[in-house]
Amino acid sequence: MIKVDDIHKSFGQLHVLKGISTEIGKGDVVAIIGPSGSGKSTLLRCMNLLERPTKGKIYIKGQDITDRKTDISRIRQQVGMVFQHFHLFPHMTVLDNLTYAPIRVKGLSKQAARAKGMELLKRVGLSEKADSYPSRLSGGQKQRVAIARSLAMEPEIMLFDEPTSALDPEMVKEVLDVMKSLAHTGITMAIVTHEMGFAREVADRILFLDEGRLMDEAPPAEFFSKPKSERAQQFLEKVL
Amino acid sequence: MNLDFGQIAPSIPYIANGIWVTLQFTLLATVLGFLWGIILAMIKISGIKLLQGFAVVYTSIFRGTPLIVQIALIYFATPQVFGYNISALEAGVLTLTLNSGAYISETIRAGIQAVDKGQREAALSLGVPRGRMMLDIILPQAFKNILPALVNESIALLKESALVSTIGAADLLRRAMIVGAEKYIYFEPLIFVAAIYYLMVMLLTGAARLLERRLRRSD
Repeated sequence: MIKVDDIHKSFGQLHVLKGISTEIGKGDVVAIIGPSGSGKSTLLRCMNLLERPTKGKIYIKGQDITDRKTDISRIRQQVGMVFQHFHLFPHMTVLDNLTYAPIRVKGLSKQAARAKGMELLKRVGLSEKADSYPSRLSGGQKQRVAIARSLAMEPEIMLFDEPTSALDPEMVKEVLDVMKSLAHTGITMAIVTHEMGFAREVADRILFLDEGRLMDEAPPAEFFSKPKSERAQQFLEKVL
Repeated sequence: MNLDFGQIAPSIPYIANGIWVTLQFTLLATVLGFLWGIILAMIKISGIKLLQGFAVVYTSIFRGTPLIVQIALIYFATPQVFGYNISALEAGVLTLTLNSGAYISETIRAGIQAVDKGQREAALSLGVPRGRMMLDIILPQAFKNILPALVNESIALLKESALVSTIGAADLLRRAMIVGAEKYIYFEPLIFVAAIYYLMVMLLTGAARLLERRLRRSD
């Protein structure tokens, strides 16, 4: 589904990604963990080209998205993204947030988009908030709306960039629960997270990044009990 | 000093009709200046060096020379340079548009850049093309932030439109001057138009406040 082939990314002098290669298969749920500044978010943001890799290639469903000729808007319609700070559209109601892209980008009819939107709001438990503006919602509610907004485009891949890091502790669970139920639907997911318990429970595979390199890659049971790299061992000692 | 508004009473309808002329200049220049300002702002953030250079020089010139000189140039020099007999309305609207576009473009540019860049990323990641994103996501938020500045600009335009009286347009000021010249009294007609200008500015300010409150619904 996603193939990352030796990508590098520099911001000026700062070399953030130093040659990362991996593959994420259809329906895989992959958790990307590592210390802050290790390049996790940058790697994720390269997968829908919010950051363009300095070097290397990324394939989504076999198509090279780093190729300048690729219509990236089309690819992004199939790759949903959820951000740490939600980024809901503040000037639209919750339901309009969900229906905007399906109507404007996919050309769905208004009725079809609204029906789909209401169904998704029900799924994340926020039907009664359809006509509210985002500013009226709590952080956890905002993030659930943001997930629903991405799902409204019916993507095959979902990218999560620290989706619970900006939330108050009591709101983390409601968002993780939505993500858990999503993981069981067979959608392909890549999640940058600091929630180790969640990663262990939900992910099929853990990618451990440190200083821009992929240091470890293993199923959670194996990774959390006996990590191969020394850096991963040190990291786990600190966070567990 | 003896004030006698009775003397200008017969001329009051004549002067008051200047409101429509003044409003015509103001509204046309506000709308056109706004559109021109958007275009200039887009050029300034386009990243295309040549166009950017043009927009910067353009803004600098229109902000750096007196408006009355710009009006005079466009009205009096157009027939000479282009052989086109430009009317006072055309010259006035054109100058006010070009001038106000220069000011507004700076306001809009700042407003666009003040919108959280996460909004851009969220829209892009949904597959929204850049043009649509600008139109539906970025600009509405930018305008909400800069609305007070835009209203100030249209108020400034309303007041600056009095300069078109220098090229013969029969606006409020010009009519007051004509009446003054006829009757050899200036205080009464001029204080009358000053009051009308003030009233119009107050109305505009009130309307803007209402609009702003409507836009704040989502806060």
